[in-house]
Amino acid sequence: MTRTTGPALALDDLRVSFPSAQGPVSAVDGVSLELRPDEILGLVGESGCGKSTLANAAMGLLPESAEVSGAVRLGDRDLTILAERDLRRIRGDEIAMVFQDPSTSLDPVWTVGDQVAETIRAHRDVSRREAKARALKLMREVGIPSAEQRYGEPPHRMSGGMKQRIVIAAALANDPAVLIADEPTTALDVTIQAQILQLLDGLRQRRGTAVLLITHDLGVVAQVCDRVAVMYAGQLVEVATTEQIFSHPAHPYTEALLRAVPGTGEPGAELTVIPGQVPDLAAPPVGCRFAPRCPFATEECSIRPPLEGDEAHGAVACWHPRSRDREVTAR
Amino acid sequence: MSALLEVQGLVKRFPAGGPVWRRRYVHAVSDVDLSIGRGQTLGLVGESGSGKTTVGRCILGLYRPDEGLVRFDGRDVAGLRGSTLAEFRRRVQPVFQDPYGSLDPRWTVGRSVQESLEAHRIGSVQDRRDRVRELFATVGLDPALGDRHPRNLSGGQRQRVGIAAALASEPELIIADEPVSALDVSVQAQIINLLQRLGRDLGLAVLFISHDLGVVEHVSSEVAVMYLGRVVETGPTAAILRAPEHPYTRALVEAIPHPDPSRRFRHASLAGEIPSPVDPPSGCAFHPRCPIAQASCRIQVPELEPVGEDHLAACPVVARVTTRPTT
Amino acid sequence: MSVTGLPDVVAVAARPPARRARTSLMIGLVLLGILVLVAILAPVLAPHDPDAVDPNRVLAAPDGSYLLGADDFGRDVLSRTIFALRVSLLVAVSSVVVATLVAVPLGLVAGYFGGWVDTLVSRPLDMILVLPALLLALSLITILGPGSTVAALAIAVIYLPILARVMRASTLVTSQQDYVLAARARGSGHVATMVRHVLPNSIGPVAVQGSVLTGFALQLEAALSFLGLGTQPPTPSLGGMLADGRDVLSLAPWLEIVPGVAIALAVLSFLLIGDGLRRTLDPDGVAS
Repeated sequence: MTRTTGPALALDDLRVSFPSAQGPVSAVDGVSLELRPDEILGLVGESGCGKSTLANAAMGLLPESAEVSGAVRLGDRDLTILAERDLRRIRGDEIAMVFQDPSTSLDPVWTVGDQVAETIRAHRDVSRREAKARALKLMREVGIPSAEQRYGEPPHRMSGGMKQRIVIAAALANDPAVLIADEPTTALDVTIQAQILQLLDGLRQRRGTAVLLITHDLGVVAQVCDRVAVMYAGQLVEVATTEQIFSHPAHPYTEALLRAVPGTGEPGAELTVIPGQVPDLAAPPVGCRFAPRCPFATEECSIRPPLEGDEAHGAVACWHPRSRDREVTAR
Repeated sequence: MSALLEVQGLVKRFPAGGPVWRRRYVHAVSDVDLSIGRGQTLGLVGESGSGKTTVGRCILGLYRPDEGLVRFDGRDVAGLRGSTLAEFRRRVQPVFQDPYGSLDPRWTVGRSVQESLEAHRIGSVQDRRDRVRELFATVGLDPALGDRHPRNLSGGQRQRVGIAAALASEPELIIADEPVSALDVSVQAQIINLLQRLGRDLGLAVLFISHDLGVVEHVSSEVAVMYLGRVVETGPTAAILRAPEHPYTRALVEAIPHPDPSRRFRHASLAGEIPSPVDPPSGCAFHPRCPIAQASCRIQVPELEPVGEDHLAACPVVARVTTRPTT
Repeated sequence: MSVTGLPDVVAVAARPPARRARTSLMIGLVLLGILVLVAILAPVLAPHDPDAVDPNRVLAAPDGSYLLGADDFGRDVLSRTIFALRVSLLVAVSSVVVATLVAVPLGLVAGYFGGWVDTLVSRPLDMILVLPALLLALSLITILGPGSTVAALAIAVIYLPILARVMRASTLVTSQQDYVLAARARGSGHVATMVRHVLPNSIGPVAVQGSVLTGFALQLEAALSFLGLGTQPPTPSLGGMLADGRDVLSLAPWLEIVPGVAIALAVLSFLLIGDGLRRTLDPDGVAS
């Protein structure tokens, strides 16, 4: 598969809103983000911040009711304006997705091997036997022992970790340029989570697949991501290298989120909490959506801060960024 | 002083199908000992199939142990009847992962909390109303939220209601089963702080059941690690996280995704899957995945042995290594 | 969720064995098997020609030759019941099969796409549903004339909206499953997704409803024939036999008892199968 030197996937001022009884809910509000080839980019945020909506938008899998503007660029095509028929050819071929819960993302009536082979046959004109041979190879690659025997098993006979490996095998079946993994380890045990994260990291290195790893778990981000994008209430608040984010978080929300993780500070000490509640996205605050909960907010914050910065320090959308060394570059 | 809660040799099996003469069992809990003193917090950590939830339910009296004893304040829980049982239920209260399931969706949350007061016959009707407001304040909720239905509260607010309902009967022991697993990081922090504050202010003993060692490290100074129904290591949380003795605990500690890019997983994590608790492996249940397993591990069920101060591990192999005099 | 661990395992383990489901399914299938076999082998099994009239045996009581007696034309009740069973089963089964063949695609499309497609499919079906079943059957028969085929068609029209609604409801649930979204994310088109993933996971409740409705279809056919609107004489039908025997009930009760028992057994077999299927597919009784 040919790859250009540009970003593998680029979101350009993406906005998604859903109709509701209280008026349109702005789930994703002006997100611009580039996923580079070969990198694992972590997309972090709490429930309802819009990270899963963003993933579905990138796959062209939003429900009909969603209002979308902006662009999702895969190569030189904009997925937001592509017809369903063309989208179908791209999905599972050039861009693939791994879902949160492997127990529900595999169809219970088909064998696990069939579901890997199905992805191949949906895009490649190959015989059943050829598809099966390729599926077996993929199953071995993602670490499924005795793949031949397990090919014909229904999903319910497999453990969660094995099922997630199958889901990953199906996602990688056509060697996509972009893999979107939406909380791929949240439903798994800790020791199994470590296995799956190492698998994703290894696959990325071997195949050069760009991975957008969506998670709420900062620990997972620190383990495998090259760069991190932090979302709050539908807006991107900070994008930086993993080292930068964890050593010098620039956005007050990122900083507060890091302090809230147990196990980082003194055991038994009070964890930092963020006062207040996540805003109602049907009537979000004007300007910076974090301002009402932010200890550093000023009047300025009623104007939305742009996401600005440079390669070395990352970008932050804040009028009062935290780290001193970034304040210079942020303006 | 004797412990508030003592669990000795607890065994719980569940039938898992098969004909009567060859009935198979889920060996949920096998020979577990625990003890919690007044006002103490004990972390109980384990992955799927470890039996941590079953231990909690046996203590609450929701399951009848097949073998062993659960002793609360010196009395065998299995022998409690009538008023002594009601008294026990008042003094030991559960907090669940998501109280959504335990709150009646058609009732206001205030009424649900009030019901727990009624169930324990605490106070008069007017007292109860005041007490509900007091409880809401204790758990950091605006008492006005009492008029709402569970669906109109956020996850964190619902968990606070769940805790308020548990506190209604002024218990001495809380069995909290994954109380923060369903919550977002920032909300999780609020609930952890709340549980810690309550433990301190009200002198509550807490059994904190969780899959997350990071959370347990934060909330309790003592921890017991379970694997496939057995406690494999127990002792001070700090010591166990710093220097885990049992190879399983070691793997579990190594698998914690630290929110610190300089502490990435160094080597291949534990291989293999967690075996099914139906027909668990013989001997030490961990031996098929264990990097240092020896032939004897397949036969002998290891006993918990001291490996440090108040620190026990059920692995004869590491015990042998660590007791060897160091140069 | 797997983090809670054991409860999953326990929930599976603690579920009562599906033995009762299997028992009722087995009894139903065996009973139906016997009835179907009897119906198929009717020409071999029937001791007499069902239409042969014997003036000497009018309303004869059961004896060695006419095991279950004779009717008011002297025809053998046993032979007539066997042949009538054949017609009744055929009408009942074919009506439900036809209704299912139409209802499943309609319900599938309505439930999968939702929105205006759903409206377009569901509203006309709802209009059929509001009409009383018997009235609907009577008007169709009035237009098309009486007979077994028309009766089967009328029953199919009555059941179509019921089965389509069951399929739609089941599809609505299945379409929300992650594996359907996952299939689309892998590049599966709408039609392929519907056929490969949604249909097989949604069809269970339709099978249950279908078996139960077949039992009721048998009753409905009997009722129509009883009114003289279904199977036409001289072809024997269970409903028609009941109608014939009604006037001589006190003289020859076997004329009512024999076809009555046949109807009851056939209906029972379908209900048992439906019940067994339901319990097998949905052991926790969630969907019901």
